[in-house]
Amino acid sequence: MAEQANVIFRRPQSLSENVTHYCPGCTHGIIHRLVAESLDELGVRERAVGVAPVGCSVLIYNYFNVDFLEAPHGRAPALATGFKRMRPDMIVFTYQGDGDLASIGMGEIVHAANRGEKFTTIFVNNAIYGMTGGQMAPTTMPGQKTTTSPFGRDTSLAGYPIRMSELLSALVTPAYIVRTAVHTPMHVINAKKHIKKAFRLQKENKCFSLVEVLSTCPTNWGMPPHEATGWVASTMQPYYPLGVFKDPEKGVG
Amino acid sequence: MAKKLMKGNEAIGEAAIAAGAPHYFAYPITPQSEVAEYLCWRIPEVGGVFVQAESEVAVGNMLFGAAATGMRVFTTSSSPGISLMQEAISYMAGAQLPVVLVNIMRGGPGLGGILPAQSDYNQAVKGGGHGDYKTIVLAPASVQEAVDLMILGFDLADKYRNPVMLIGDGMIGQMMESVEFPEKYRDPVSPEGKDWALTGAKGRKARITKSLFLDPEKLEINSIELDRKYKRVEAEEIRFEKYKVSNKNKILIVAYGSMARICQTVIDELEEEGISVGLFRPITLYPFPGQAIHIEAVKANIKTVLVVEMSMGQMIEDVDRYLKGKKPIEFYGRTGGIVPSPNEVKDKIRTILKSKKAESK
Amino acid sequence: MLKQKEVVMAGFGGQGVMTVGQLLAYTAMDEGKQVVWIPSYGPEMRGGTANCTVVVSDVRIGSPIINNPQSACVFNRPSLDKFGPLIRAGGLLLINSSLIDVTSGRDDIEELLVPVNDIAIKLGNPKVANMVMLGAYNGATGIVSFDTLLKMLNVKMGHKKELLDINHRAIAEGRKIGEKFRTKAGTK
Ligand SMILES: Cc1ncc(C[n+]2csc(CCOP(=O)(O)OP(=O)(O)O)c2C)c(N)n1
Ligand code: SF4
Repeated sequence: MAEQANVIFRRPQSLSENVTHYCPGCTHGIIHRLVAESLDELGVRERAVGVAPVGCSVLIYNYFNVDFLEAPHGRAPALATGFKRMRPDMIVFTYQGDGDLASIGMGEIVHAANRGEKFTTIFVNNAIYGMTGGQMAPTTMPGQKTTTSPFGRDTSLAGYPIRMSELLSALVTPAYIVRTAVHTPMHVINAKKHIKKAFRLQKENKCFSLVEVLSTCPTNWGMPPHEATGWVASTMQPYYPLGVFKDPEKGVG
Repeated sequence: MAKKLMKGNEAIGEAAIAAGAPHYFAYPITPQSEVAEYLCWRIPEVGGVFVQAESEVAVGNMLFGAAATGMRVFTTSSSPGISLMQEAISYMAGAQLPVVLVNIMRGGPGLGGILPAQSDYNQAVKGGGHGDYKTIVLAPASVQEAVDLMILGFDLADKYRNPVMLIGDGMIGQMMESVEFPEKYRDPVSPEGKDWALTGAKGRKARITKSLFLDPEKLEINSIELDRKYKRVEAEEIRFEKYKVSNKNKILIVAYGSMARICQTVIDELEEEGISVGLFRPITLYPFPGQAIHIEAVKANIKTVLVVEMSMGQMIEDVDRYLKGKKPIEFYGRTGGIVPSPNEVKDKIRTILKSKKAESK
Repeated sequence: MLKQKEVVMAGFGGQGVMTVGQLLAYTAMDEGKQVVWIPSYGPEMRGGTANCTVVVSDVRIGSPIINNPQSACVFNRPSLDKFGPLIRAGGLLLINSSLIDVTSGRDDIEELLVPVNDIAIKLGNPKVANMVMLGAYNGATGIVSFDTLLKMLNVKMGHKKELLDINHRAIAEGRKIGEKFRTKAGTK
């Protein structure tokens, strides 16, 4: 084969050919790709099972070439627990939004992490309920306007945004917990490293792993895509610091 | 008061305020999130409680706590959310607490879809949670009726100290129609005169709101007491509407909610073709107006009772229970979010009449 | 006159089809008629199409769902493909000819082509294309009086005074086309 014909970039095998339904500028799609590349590179696609959330990414199974299970809203970590306990040889992951994981599913994620279930959670934090039309989420920023906080999130009534990675890191059980973002190419490359490591730790049967990814929702934030990525940097990142909160390999946490 | 053009979801929220119940706990879910999106600014205007909870499990139990104060409280949700509230509904029925819950139904089971359906009939009228209890179930067919039944619902909940559920399909929530609210809104209803409300044991014996009775005799007494209450509800609270019901009817349709409206169109159009059909529309689904259906159904001319639902057939069991085989019953339904069109129902009726003719030949 | 009139307004999200449907409903209600406005909702909206049905009647409205409406205003091609075939025989179809270069191909309905986007751009604001359509529709059908329609527009848009004038002009432009069509149809 001639040198020029070498394939240097292709759709990961773990992704399907389908076109996603995500809005222009939504970063769910980027995160899908990072998960798919990680599964490919670790060679686990054929023994992977994803658990889909209820949220905009409920249709994630249409975009992956991997077995999938669709959970009730917020319950993905319980389904993942059940599945992984029955089939410890398989690679199980949940993919959840912030309404799904930090609101209705708070109980399930805390207990799965605390039991040290050996699956991986990709936690997509876009500070809002995307699918249902932009209501306030537990992760909505103070003062942020949403359809159920039209005057801005009032922290005296709704409390402050929940920092899930920090909260879960407070558990004593060893785990890999990290917060990343995908609003610039540099952040995407870095997020990939962590997502891949999370899956590697599962493959090595080490611990529960969770990668929080700061994501955009231009539609419900009411911003064009480039402003939305800017908003991640200017507003979300200062409140949600990026970094590794817990890492059994480095003795962090 | 002047007529307003309002979306069903918003009108339901406003109706609660008119009923003296500006206290709302909820979690977003399509197709009724507009209730919360309306009340989040409207309730602060009138002074009440608005809480967006972390889940419907929490909503149900927040209502449990809130209802114990003796004030009027409510929630709205849609099918999967209502399933999560069943725990609290059973507890509130057991503890005899008044509360109003609205289910703007979507297609199920499971995550199902988000388009209109009537497939939670059984869950609503047979009691979706555990134990011997009933919820009073109201089914509006228009935005105006949703408003009227919300207000009635709070009265019934208080009168019987029991959960009341209003069920409408996605259409009732989404469509806009003209509505009128009462001239005078009630002041937020206070716990005064409610000898069960927890208000602090000042100068009286302490009160306990509970559903636990470890002594089987006491638990049985509680259930007997509830049952007596339900008998009263069945005797006094049945509501229904008849449309073009007459001795000439060949077919009697039984349908509720939006489905009944669609059947009205069917009846009007068939009338022009010289086919006489009547509609019986239950407004209370529990208590069920079975006796009244029986009276109409056994009339000599009626060949068949046709039950039409946006489900695979749930209310039909109740109709059947009261007709006891006295008249043939047929069913027509679509589900999954598909709303039967007037044409489909007309076709069904023509087929029934044709086969009856063939039979009688 | 018929007891009941129905119209579907359909287009892309953002073309203002819901708004004109609501304005028509408000107006009809103000004139003492029974009205129902019902939107499409759900995943369809994420796909970018939006539609609403308005039913106006002198008597209590039965089915809010209309399989075969008397008329439709279609703002884009997918809407024409969807609703064109559904219109009742003898009905009326208004087509946004700025974005749609075909017709329904039916000979049992009346069609009126209105380049609503071009007219709106000429007026100075592409966003008022929906009002041009509403003007044309009401000009052709006379469902409500233009006096009430403009009154309701003022009520509903009172907080955006700077936009009122151009909306009025957009309705007037549409009206001219609609009324001309009606007179022609009437003399046929
Ligand atoms: C029991 C239940 N309650 C509510 C809903 C409605 N619902 C669907 S998705 C969603 C929230 C989605 O938000 P998030 O998890 O942040 O994901 P995003 O859409 O933003 O990606 C809700 C409340 C549901 N499907 N089931
Ligand atoms: S609504 Fe928000 S989260 Fe959902 S696809 Fe659109 S941009 Fe993404």
